[in-house]
Order: sequence, then structure tokens, then C-alpha cells
Amino acid sequence: MTRAAAWTYGWLLVLPAAALLALFTHYPAVTTLWHSFFSTPRAGRASVFVGLDNYRGMLDDPIFWQALTNNLWYAAGTIPLSIGLALLMAVWVNGKLPGRAFLRLAYFTPTVLPMIAVANIWLFFYTPEYGLLEQVTKALGGSSHNWLGSKSTALGSLMLVTVWKEAGFFMIFYLAALQQISPSLGEAAAIEGASRVYFFRRITFPLLMPTTLFVMVNAVINAFRLVDHVVVMTRGGPDNATSLLLYYIYEIGFRFWDSTYAAALTIVLLAMLGVAALLQFGLVERKVHYQ
Amino acid sequence: MTAPGAASIPAGWSRPAETLAAWILGLLWVLPLAYALWTAVHPGEYATHFVPSAPLTLENFAKAWQAAPFARYFLNTILLCALILGGQLVLCTLAAYGFARFEFPGRKLLFALVLMQLMVMPDVLLVENYRTMGALGLRDTILAIGLPYIASAFGIFLLRQTFKSIPRELEEAARVEGCGPLQVLWKVYVPLARPVYVAYALVSVSYHWNNFLWPLIITNSVESRPLTVGLQVFSATDQGIDWSIITAATLLTTAPLLLGFLVFQRRFVQSFMRAGIR
Repeated sequence: MTRAAAWTYGWLLVLPAAALLALFTHYPAVTTLWHSFFSTPRAGRASVFVGLDNYRGMLDDPIFWQALTNNLWYAAGTIPLSIGLALLMAVWVNGKLPGRAFLRLAYFTPTVLPMIAVANIWLFFYTPEYGLLEQVTKALGGSSHNWLGSKSTALGSLMLVTVWKEAGFFMIFYLAALQQISPSLGEAAAIEGASRVYFFRRITFPLLMPTTLFVMVNAVINAFRLVDHVVVMTRGGPDNATSLLLYYIYEIGFRFWDSTYAAALTIVLLAMLGVAALLQFGLVERKVHYQ
Repeated sequence: MTAPGAASIPAGWSRPAETLAAWILGLLWVLPLAYALWTAVHPGEYATHFVPSAPLTLENFAKAWQAAPFARYFLNTILLCALILGGQLVLCTLAAYGFARFEFPGRKLLFALVLMQLMVMPDVLLVENYRTMGALGLRDTILAIGLPYIASAFGIFLLRQTFKSIPRELEEAARVEGCGPLQVLWKVYVPLARPVYVAYALVSVSYHWNNFLWPLIITNSVESRPLTVGLQVFSATDQGIDWSIITAATLLTTAPLLLGFLVFQRRFVQSFMRAGIR
């Protein structure tokens, strides 16, 4: 094939996908930034350039700060917990436990369900007076508690749902990685008289590092991307205690129809995702040279 | 510690304790689902009454099915998943082939731009994509739900990796027999990448069967709503909060995916692994 022909083929093959990507990823990313410098058109008032006013408004917006803090707590709580549990699950399911097949199924099943269904199930689980959690606490002599309705427990309750749904998903990746570790390493360690804990800490865990990083990238993205359960379970309440950034964007953009402020908020969310990506790739560069 | 050779490492007292912990966690993990299932297959008065003698019934499912147009929602979700998957398979295959096997100016830059989508996802760009769909006159259509996802950076990346791992000798053999570039793609690359296609298809369908926020925003009528949004509309409008019916509807809408998963468990798990590990 001539060089010109290769060019033409290359371009033509890539073109359809590139066009759609440009229309629904790059173009909206740019217009989001552009619109964030304007005011939202209202009845009788056209949109005007306002510079950084939307961002200044954001600094004075207590709900934005609340949503941001919530989201950071949410990430800080769900990411390590679901990754830790996933690792534990994988190690168990990979070993010779009785009932291994059942356990694997039990851990993984929540992953297949839509978040919206999961949220419905847990909403019922948490229902005051009626739900299973209440029944258990009452049977144990505890007092009634509105888990989703009180500011102190609502976010924690949502985090639990997320961990329940995600741990099994991450387990799969650990399981795959564990199965690739050579059995001779375990045999050698046994001959040397290494304890299981020592073997895990010095051999297994370092070998799983690439997997941990991959899983972490996914966990971080999900912590900022997935708010379906907020919509179903709390609508951000009580008193914005469970509002996450993307949920707040949804509220501002599609319930208050303030599209330019929503655009400014989106830019902040994108910036956070970008920073997270850079940090993680930095980590990957330093930590992963096993494979 | 748990590699196949793990048995040779002395276990000591910790084994039974670990087994117990693993089982407690496993039971905790099935509890919410088991509870939902119990509620759905028993009459309302037994929703929180756990007695073995409680009569079984499918009435809750029948009521849920009649209370909202779930048949239509099912159809919409199936159409949506088919549209997205079909589009993704065609576009991603072509683009991946272009990136993997052709030298053209701007290839590296374009590929970097494609990968940007892994971070700047359609899930986040709600406001502007809503505006674009309005300008295209597509709001409240199934096409509008699917369009932003059809050019999938993940799919392009995955297939490009796969195509690159296929030996060039195979391609050259086909060339000698007179195949053009598209025939080579169809006769050599696509068949050899079949397991990756299966994996990608499973991941894509389960993602879009479950997707919620964007469909919630862009749809507004029974004719275009997918199951997830339909379920939410159904359970959010005041039903007198009959939990038996809501859980029945919840299980109903997830049943195909759940059954598919139970039947093809091994396939599913392998697919998720294959699609995840790069």
C-alpha cells in the first residue's frame, strides 16, 4: 500500500468515531467552559458575559462547599473500604474455603444490579419502623433510628450501599491477578518457613500493586460519577447532608435551570477528575515496575 | 498465601476463623437481596414477618406489571442496548483498526484525544449534551440516550490492544490472497478478536441496562424511557408506598440481567476480567 493510501484509510477508519467523540465529548467540554463565563438567560434578560462571576458565586455558595466536602468524605470512605474488602474477598474466594462457589456468587451479585435497583432495595432496608435494619435493632433492644433522615447517619448509610455494590466488582480484578501468581512462590516461602501474613505482605501484596492502581482509578471515577442512589434514596437531603457534586450539578442544571452555574460546577468536577488522574498516573510511574 | 500453592503454607489456627468471617460477610452480602426477594413473593402483611408458613404469591409481580407500562420500558431498554452496542461495535472496530494498523499524520494526537473520554465522560457533561440534543431536535428519543456513548474510548482502546497483538503475518497472508484492507479486517482481525467482543458486549450491555442519570434527564415520556427511569418514576410517584409491589417491580426490571448472570456466571466473570485488565 502506498503511503497516501495508508493515510486515507487511516483517516477514513477513524473518522466516524472521531466525529461522534468530538460532538459529544470535546465540543461539550469546551462549551461548558465557555458558558461558565456567562449569565443564565432568564425571561426578559438575555445571557451576558460575566467573567468569573459564576465562580465567585460558587465560593460564596455554602451548598457547593457542603457538596464538595460530602463528596470528599464519600470518596475517602468508600474507596479504601471497598478496595480493602475486595482484596479480602478475593483472597478468601481464591483459597480452599468450604462453599467457595456460593461466596463468590454472593460477593459478585450486587455488581450486576443497576444502582437504581440497589438503591430501592436498600431504601426498604433502611425504612424507619418497617425495614429490616429497624427490626434487628428493635429485637436487640435498641431504639428506632431514621438512618436516611438524620444528618449524622445519612451519608454513611449511602456509603455503605456503595461499598456493598462495588466491592464484588473490584474483587474480580484481584481474583484474576491472584490466579496469575506462580504457585512456586508459595512453595518456596513454605520451605523457608515464612508465615502466611509475612508471605502476603512481602510477596502477594506487592505483586498485586498494578491491580490495586487500576481498581483505584475506577473507584475514584465512580466516587464522582455515580449519584443514582442519591436521586432515589435522599435527593441530597436531609439539609444537603448527602448532596454530592454531580447531584448538585443535576439539581442546579435541571431543577433550577441555572445552566451556566451548572457549567461552572461541571468545570470544577472535571478539574477534580483531572487532578485525580494525574496523581494516579504519577503513582503508577513510581510504583509499578513488576510487569 | 492463596495461590494454588498456598496449601503448602502452614495455616495454623487462623483457617477456621477466616472461614467463619468469609461466611459472615457472604451472608451479610446476600441479606438485602434475600430480604427483597422475601417481600416480593409474599403478601404485604408478611413483608416484615418472617414465618416459614407465609404463603407464596406472584400477585405482587402481577400488580407491578399492571401498575406501569413495564412492557414498553423493557422494549425501550432492549432497543437502547442494541442501538448502543451495534453502533459501538462498528465504530470502535473501524477506529481501532485504523489506530492499530495504519500510519497517518495526527494519529498520536487523535488517539490521545480519544483517551480523554475516559476522564471526561458523557455522564458528567449533562448540561451541554442536553443543549446539543435540543439543537438536534432529538430530546426525548432513545437515539438521544445512546448517541453520546456510541463512540466509546474504552472500546477503541480495548480493540486496538487486541488488534495489535495479532501477528502481522496473518494479515500479509490474507493480502497475498488478494484481500483489501476492509476484507483483512473482516476475515482476519474480527474473527480472532471474538472473545474480546463477547467480553466488551457483556460489559456494555450491563452498563447501559443500568445507566440512569442521563436517561432520566433526556427522556420525558413512556415511549422513550428505559427501565431504570421507568422504575424510578413508578416508585417515586405515590403508590401509598406498598413495598411489596415496589420490590417486586425492582426485581422484575433486573430479572433478565440477573438470570443471565446466574446462567452464564463464568462467562460474565471472565468477561469483566478480560475487559478490565489491560
